Amino acid sequence: MGYTLNFAAVWRDIDLLWAGLAMGLLLALASIVVGAVLGLLLSFVLISKSRARPLAAAYVSVFRNTPLLVLVLFTYFALPQLGIRLGKIESFVATLSLYAGAYLAEVFRGALLSVPAGLSEAGLSLGLRPWQTRLLIVVPVMLRTALPSLSSTFISLFKDTSLAAAIAVPELTYYARKINNESFRVIEVWLVASLFYVATCVLLAMLLRLFERRLALPK
Amino acid sequence: MSAAQAFFDVLWGARMALLGGLATTVLVSLLAVLAGTLLGVVVGLVLSYLRGPLNWLVRLYVDFIRGTPVLVLILASFYVLGTVGWKLNALQAGVLALAIFCSSHVGEIVRGALGAVPRGQTEAARTLGLSFPLTFALILLPQAARIALPAWVNTAAEIVKASTLLSIVGVAELLLATQEVIARSFMGLPFYVFAGAVYFAVNFAIERLGKALERRLATDTTQ
Repeated sequence: MGYTLNFAAVWRDIDLLWAGLAMGLLLALASIVVGAVLGLLLSFVLISKSRARPLAAAYVSVFRNTPLLVLVLFTYFALPQLGIRLGKIESFVATLSLYAGAYLAEVFRGALLSVPAGLSEAGLSLGLRPWQTRLLIVVPVMLRTALPSLSSTFISLFKDTSLAAAIAVPELTYYARKINNESFRVIEVWLVASLFYVATCVLLAMLLRLFERRLALPK
Repeated sequence: MSAAQAFFDVLWGARMALLGGLATTVLVSLLAVLAGTLLGVVVGLVLSYLRGPLNWLVRLYVDFIRGTPVLVLILASFYVLGTVGWKLNALQAGVLALAIFCSSHVGEIVRGALGAVPRGQTEAARTLGLSFPLTFALILLPQAARIALPAWVNTAAEIVKASTLLSIVGVAELLLATQEVIARSFMGLPFYVFAGAVYFAVNFAIERLGKALERRLATDTTQ
């Protein structure tokens, strides 16, 4: 076979991989923030008896059952035909946020149902308005319940940012492919790129777990 | 000619290519789920019952695969295997990557399900004089299978969605077949919606199946 490992080409461009990793984290961060707001709004609709409920349920179902790559390509290549023209990064963040919103809506819905009804009753009887009760009392408690799922969603979003390479957003997978095509150090590039991903996921999981432990609801 | 008419004309003209793409998507997903499940059950058994180096090795495998994006697995499998002298075409490399991805998820599902069968079940079986293989086959496996089934169905839907990534390495599955139609007809909007709708239909059906199974199976395990 005669393949000798030689990491020189990867080392030379290691800065690109770091930059790609940073881009991936930023994309995931932007998407989880927007997605969480969207998911929160959707989850309140999902547990309500409002007429918008089937719409919210349909939204969640469509985004959960359509492949992310199709959504990414649709936003970037098809929406301009409707006059909605977004840059590569904006278009990817928009797609990933809408996608995250659908997943988080389900997560938050479950967590909302686990918040004891007594809390909102107490809020209302103190004279808070319904929206104040939700925002100041129910949501903080709900978020603490939802935190573990929120962190695992963040980690999957980070892995999903690899799809941004399909529309040439310069993130980790994009640069790995670029180095691969320019240097042909195939094994080295993919080994290092996947180590970057794995190490980041493991570190994120550890960090988020610390955070979860601090914020966990007292038993 | 109206836009809808034009769309349907192109759709009809490309029906064979699109059906071929759908068939490839289904084939790739089935093969990946099948191979991934077989491997994943072995992974789950090792994680549940073996101690020592083999367990650590499999643990490392599962964590490594779960920490790597599927797209990276597919690209790595596509580029790397050829370099080390294993000649696979894009479809085979893609199925292999999806199967490996599937195996890590199924491995965790199996481990979780076996862990969720109450200890008393094993103890009771032992007390009745069943050997471990018999205990496993008659007592643990049937209960673990019903616990694992809903999550396993979800994994199958994940694999169908992940199969779109094979379009990036040039496998003519449904998404790439659609993109080729778009490249010829410049009808990006309706054809992306079309592809999305087909995937939605397939995954929605799988999701419903999963929910139905969950309802059926959830009832009498908790007694």
